[in-house]
Amino acid sequence: MGALLVLLPLLGVVLLNLPLGKLAEKLALPLGGVLCLAQAAVILAAPASFWDQALFLPGGVSVAELFHASFPVDSLARVMFLSIATVGFCSGLVAKYTMADEQTQFRFANLLILALAGLNGIILVRDLLGLYVFLEITAVASFVLIALERGKAAFDGAFKYLVLSAVATAMIVAGLALLFIVAGSTSFDAVAEALKTSGSSQLALAAVAFFLCGLAIKAGLVPFHGWLPTAYASAPSAVSVLLAGIVTKTSGVYTLIRLVDAVFGYGPAVRQVLLVGGLVSIVVGALGALGQKDMKRMLAFSSISQMGYVVLGLGAGPGLGLAGAIFHLFNHSIFKTLLFVNSAAVEQQSGTRDMDKLGGISAKMPVTGTTSVLAMLSTAGIPPLSGFWSKLLIVAGVWQAGHPAFSAAAVIASVLTLAYFLSMQRRVFFGKVADSCAGLKEASAWGLVPALLLAAITVGLGVTAPWLFQTFLLDVGSIL
Amino acid sequence: MTIATYILFAAIVVCALWTVQASIVRAALGLAVVSVLLSVLMFQMGAPLAGVFELSVCAGLITVVFVSTISMTARLDAEASKALRAVRAKRFRPAIVAVACIGALLWISSYARDVSPVIGETAETVREVLWGPRRLDLVGQIIMIFVGVFGVVVLFKEKREKEIGR
Repeated sequence: MGALLVLLPLLGVVLLNLPLGKLAEKLALPLGGVLCLAQAAVILAAPASFWDQALFLPGGVSVAELFHASFPVDSLARVMFLSIATVGFCSGLVAKYTMADEQTQFRFANLLILALAGLNGIILVRDLLGLYVFLEITAVASFVLIALERGKAAFDGAFKYLVLSAVATAMIVAGLALLFIVAGSTSFDAVAEALKTSGSSQLALAAVAFFLCGLAIKAGLVPFHGWLPTAYASAPSAVSVLLAGIVTKTSGVYTLIRLVDAVFGYGPAVRQVLLVGGLVSIVVGALGALGQKDMKRMLAFSSISQMGYVVLGLGAGPGLGLAGAIFHLFNHSIFKTLLFVNSAAVEQQSGTRDMDKLGGISAKMPVTGTTSVLAMLSTAGIPPLSGFWSKLLIVAGVWQAGHPAFSAAAVIASVLTLAYFLSMQRRVFFGKVADSCAGLKEASAWGLVPALLLAAITVGLGVTAPWLFQTFLLDVGSIL
Repeated sequence: MTIATYILFAAIVVCALWTVQASIVRAALGLAVVSVLLSVLMFQMGAPLAGVFELSVCAGLITVVFVSTISMTARLDAEASKALRAVRAKRFRPAIVAVACIGALLWISSYARDVSPVIGETAETVREVLWGPRRLDLVGQIIMIFVGVFGVVVLFKEKREKEIGR
């Protein structure tokens, strides 16, 4: 049944591009929204056995037979499908709110649906070459989305992403070729089996190193993060929501988790690289965020820092650390999307993202201000919001895995998170209303609905976290 | 490896170095020459189909697309062109030194000889691989074509509308 999540978006794009004239332009965003809602509903409502059922095409051929591949959907995959659907839906609403003409909305919706197919494909495949194909689909859709509204800044962001992504692709393909030499196949199982017997060979180590570097670029981890703030800041608001909320998380961080867990294994060298890489990203991202004036650039640096926590948790290995990493990946996709939705509302209403020109917005935009405080507190790991629980699991997992120094450093670094977010809140939302913001009005319903939905998830996950921990998270962490 | 292979490798490296330092049209042509030499190498190493794809797509199609795109751009004035040439030559020098050092290290170490290659799916014909085990990748290619079409529409279509309007 998992294949539906790639085939239905593809069918949706085909339908939208039939000669329907203006009707297609009107239907594009609603169709994107319906596909996302349907995906979220199936993930939440369907039992695990639903995903094991074979999907038959007209003519009685099963999809698994047709594609010579199975599409297993485990707990990690379900978590990712749910975040893709949630972020995709919110990004569509923000597009409706911020994109003026229907033609741009139509193009955005088509690319959103194609990116949805690419992202779902990344989660579904269990083959390195297939993974590369879907990573490229997502990357190319992202280049076009960043450049959607053109202009120098948009092309600059898209070009930086294109160049860095091409370097990542070259590394991933080089790693793939070397692993093919070692294993004679590109399926996850065959490569994992081959690495068990010849994992200490220098060729295999070089292959794993190439892959890890390529994925670190895709995830925007330090020191490969140069493209990320420019790409996020120069993209249209709805695209920033999508990029920050799910694209870099799926193509970089999820892929890293899946490959380390299912293919490369938790060898001492891999763990050490992940722990050090994670901690460096946490600190450098947070320090970078402290010095920003542009709201979206600050949020981009914050993303780099928060992804460092996920990688740190992964470095702790299966159990608490991995459960925390996956929980934080989901939580972060929710509250960072919320912060980008808030930033879109501020930019749309005030016409600027320069934090020095804003001030006291909470008085004029109370819903945006309140939801932004919730997202900020959750990102900084303040109880009882969702970010607190996932960071707690990561810190406990790293400690349990025998790395107390890394654990302590991660706790201290979260003070930096609080510092840059408090600075943002003080400059943008609190204090005296700036002269330029005197006539501001609250965002329209298209901007408020995603903010309220995401804030409700952030609070809801925080309140129900102990229950989630017993019923779901331990299962995910131990693994899948 | 035969002497011809070494000569081809050396020619590819020289052409690649020329490509990254030349002006934009010459770079496109240099890339085409690299692709032609690479396809000859592929033929020589027993991968004729890969060689044909490299020759037709990379040396042929992509060069045509590059040169067509470059023909739409405006030429730089002499001073800017001279300044850019100086920067371009300098920009790649550290990369060349780094690649040469890594290559020398790999050559000295026996990194590639500690695993014997496993022959798997390569034993089948390309047709069987493409339409059999790799059928899912074809779906990926279809999605990629759609993305490419929207890329062209987004980046070029409205520009023409604006030009007409003007």
